[in-house]
Amino acid sequence: MKFIYQMWWKVLAVALVLSTFITGLLLRVPRLPIIHETIRNLYFHVPMWMGMLTVFVVSVYYSVRYLNTGKEEHDLAAVECVNTGLIFYSLGLLTGMLWAKYAWGEYWSGDPKQNSAAIAFLLYCAYLVLRNSIDEEQKRAKISAIYNIFAFPIMVVLIFVLPRLTDSLHPGSGGNPAFGRYDLDNGMKLSFYPAMLGWSFIALWIATVRYRIRLIENKKNAIN
Amino acid sequence: MPLINMKKLAFLLSLIFCFTAVSAQQTQSVEMADVLRSSGKIYVVIATICIIFIGLALYLFSIDRRLKKIEKEN
Repeated sequence: MKFIYQMWWKVLAVALVLSTFITGLLLRVPRLPIIHETIRNLYFHVPMWMGMLTVFVVSVYYSVRYLNTGKEEHDLAAVECVNTGLIFYSLGLLTGMLWAKYAWGEYWSGDPKQNSAAIAFLLYCAYLVLRNSIDEEQKRAKISAIYNIFAFPIMVVLIFVLPRLTDSLHPGSGGNPAFGRYDLDNGMKLSFYPAMLGWSFIALWIATVRYRIRLIENKKNAIN
Repeated sequence: MPLINMKKLAFLLSLIFCFTAVSAQQTQSVEMADVLRSSGKIYVVIATICIIFIGLALYLFSIDRRLKKIEKEN
């Protein structure tokens, strides 16, 4: 666990994200009707989901670890990862809505991608509700770990699989190409990949800070 | 322990900034923010965003440092 106290990857994360603000706004992007310059949102909206996914994966990892070892810290790590993930989830939804307003005409047009993202959001809110409804600590940790392990694949299917199987306005769905096609013939990857990596590490960083605070709080509570 | 391994950092930074490939230009008449760009004022926006982000990042670093101190006391 020494990794979470190290500095280099936090500096790297900041540098990566910072570089995308400069390259992402200055480098040339494909000239496409309707989306125009909003195509640059690709560097800011999509990495929110990447950050969310990263901390949720870490959360599932620690839920599994908890069930294996029964160590309380693993449970705390899992919760704080979900808490951080939900921040990035909200940011992803909000930026998506704003982009949708100017690309699709409505903040919320009931698109399959939007609807299933909203359902998966509730799925994770239910995780926090479930946790808070159980007083006994070990029981709470065990039940929420199991819930978390099941919630993750359902979230992935809801957000990343089901919308692709139907017609959706969102890129990457129902014959509607994702941005991957445009990435290939221009320099969008130069900003896109650093953004994905950078925001993932930022999300991880916030999660580790929350986890460390939680550890101290937990220790204080145990003493009292 | 040095806070930041400078060699590692320099290497990573150079990795990020060494790509300067410029994409092939498409010649369709689709409206883009060319005026904003030609007047040079897009840099103002970039600078604003960068200041905000650097500020938030420094804030996160300071929280991290304070936390480290508290962790040592406990």
